[in-house]
Amino acid sequence: MPSNDTLRAMHRQMVRIRLFEETIQQSYFEGKLPAFDIAAGPVPGEMHLAAGQEPVAAGVCAHLRPSDTVTATHRPHHVALAHGMDMRRMAAEIFGKDTGLGHGKGGHMHLFDPATNFGCSGIIAEGMPGAVGAALAARKQGRDDIAVSFFGEGAANQGAFHESLNLAAVWKLGVVFVCEDNDWAISVPKAKSTAIASNADRAAAYGMPGVLIPDNDPVAVYEAAGEAVARARRGGGPSLIEVKTQRLLGHFEGDPQLYRTAEEMERLKATDALHIFERRLVDTGVLSEADAAEAWAAARAEVDDAIGFARTSPYPQPSDALLHVFA
Amino acid sequence: MTAETKRLLTTSKAISEAIAQEMERDASVFAMGEDIGTYGGIFGATEGLLAKFGPERVMDTPISETGFIGAATGAAIAGMRPIVELMFVDFFGVAMDQIYNHMAKIHYESGGNVKVPVVLTTAIGGGYSDGAQHSQTLYGLFAHLPGMKIVVPSTPYDAKGLMISAIRDDNPVLYMFHKGVMGLGWMTPNPRATGHVPEEPYTIPIGKADVKRPGKDVTIVTLSLMVHRALDAAEDLAREGIDAEVIDLRSVIPLDREAIIESVKKTHRLLVVDEDYRSFGLTGEVITSVIEGAFDHLDVPPARLAYPDVPIPYSRPLEQFCLPNRETIAAAARQLVG
Repeated sequence: MPSNDTLRAMHRQMVRIRLFEETIQQSYFEGKLPAFDIAAGPVPGEMHLAAGQEPVAAGVCAHLRPSDTVTATHRPHHVALAHGMDMRRMAAEIFGKDTGLGHGKGGHMHLFDPATNFGCSGIIAEGMPGAVGAALAARKQGRDDIAVSFFGEGAANQGAFHESLNLAAVWKLGVVFVCEDNDWAISVPKAKSTAIASNADRAAAYGMPGVLIPDNDPVAVYEAAGEAVARARRGGGPSLIEVKTQRLLGHFEGDPQLYRTAEEMERLKATDALHIFERRLVDTGVLSEADAAEAWAAARAEVDDAIGFARTSPYPQPSDALLHVFA
Repeated sequence: MTAETKRLLTTSKAISEAIAQEMERDASVFAMGEDIGTYGGIFGATEGLLAKFGPERVMDTPISETGFIGAATGAAIAGMRPIVELMFVDFFGVAMDQIYNHMAKIHYESGGNVKVPVVLTTAIGGGYSDGAQHSQTLYGLFAHLPGMKIVVPSTPYDAKGLMISAIRDDNPVLYMFHKGVMGLGWMTPNPRATGHVPEEPYTIPIGKADVKRPGKDVTIVTLSLMVHRALDAAEDLAREGIDAEVIDLRSVIPLDREAIIESVKKTHRLLVVDEDYRSFGLTGEVITSVIEGAFDHLDVPPARLAYPDVPIPYSRPLEQFCLPNRETIAAAARQLVG
């Protein structure tokens, strides 16, 4: 069981992620309506938000240090923030500004941060091999740093998933594979795409432990991740964790979600893990109402500062597009 | 002259020596790939490395190209300098996403904050009836995708210097060796695949072409095994009084356009010879560079000899018909001069 301090820190983490995502969502729709124009507004392009998936990021990353490598997906914000990415530079990248992590060259699906050894990929499952390589490098360099690879349940049907699990297992590398099962690969539900109910069962095929967290509970994620991270750090090899989490929003902003029923949307609202977790912390005395309110206020201030920084930062020079092809 | 300076090596031994010397110099260099350990690489590029450096630094991989090429990228980002071999360039399709979407793009996407110093080695080329999936060169395909340097040595000397440069480069470098230039005992004997290689480490700058034979009448721009064919053709042409200059590009990315243009300004005639597919590729790029940079210096329209736009056939007469050779190169040069 995490300490009360850890529980409060996880709560704060989840709150700041949620507020960041909500604020990005508001910014995203500026200038795009009434007729949706994906290229318009201060945040153009596709936008994949992770509201509902905070427990996975907060529960896993609570065990990590900046020298641990983390790879994530096209839906990377929650993981990046939980692993300690600077919110200002992250927001600036999403706004395409010169002060962004990649000087506006990456965008929201391509956030790279050497300070926290974070990277992500817009291609399903293809962030996973890089995590295996980072763990290999750590071993060669004599560090006990590990690598954590986040991916969705849709990725578990990709070759890169299976190659990465096998490679990490056969080389006994310190990798924790974290499957964020939000049940939807855009519009295709897991039941239609995956022959077994839990991807955690697939771990057995690669001789590694597989754990299923069935309820998007940040405490359960924290405990399972704690074991997997410790095992990886002491040279015990890789693990796989699958969390049945929730995608509260569309695959991308502007997704009409016609494939989801009204009942499902209602159920999502009623079972929002962030609110359930907060209520539980207050009910058990870990968090006072005042603490909770303070967490939201502090996150509000941090997010507003970061978005303000992004908005007021300059764009890169257009011809900077020609820089950084080669080192 | 000491005996050492006359030392002769095959291209494959020159490559493995370069890797060994860099592994000795830099603990962050390691090698991985299919059959590179006990076997020594199917084309000998890693021969002897396992015995010298052990299995932690010379790693045989499972047949999981997406997995281990992606792992090379991840390890490079984390401070290592992997040399990763994928046996035949024809196999790159199974790991294409890791190559062109990740290895090649992450430096750019990061705004220059992340470096990816991987050397990706592979065998290219045909001429020995290995069929459509084991005979291609494909450097034009990868050259089209921004973010990777590409080197294609033709001699043992260049192979060693370019390998050392590739390992020390902070960018992904695709290092493509033609099976026919490696000096392998099981390929058609090729005297040009053995040559003088100094024992001490040295570098050859990536992006610099080399005049393999100076001449004044016609410029033949080529690379890899076709350099050998062009030099053979140049000998025949010389007997007829045609003095051909043979430029070995050595690197495709960056392309040494200056060297090509300088040569054409001297000879006023251009022939480009390539084993890669004809259309949308290297020959077109070289000719365009000359049109842009030295149009007024051309006495006749440029010409090219390349692989026709067909998959590579198995049967010997079919394949040999498609490949540029000593005779067809000489004939094309003759036509430009005549």
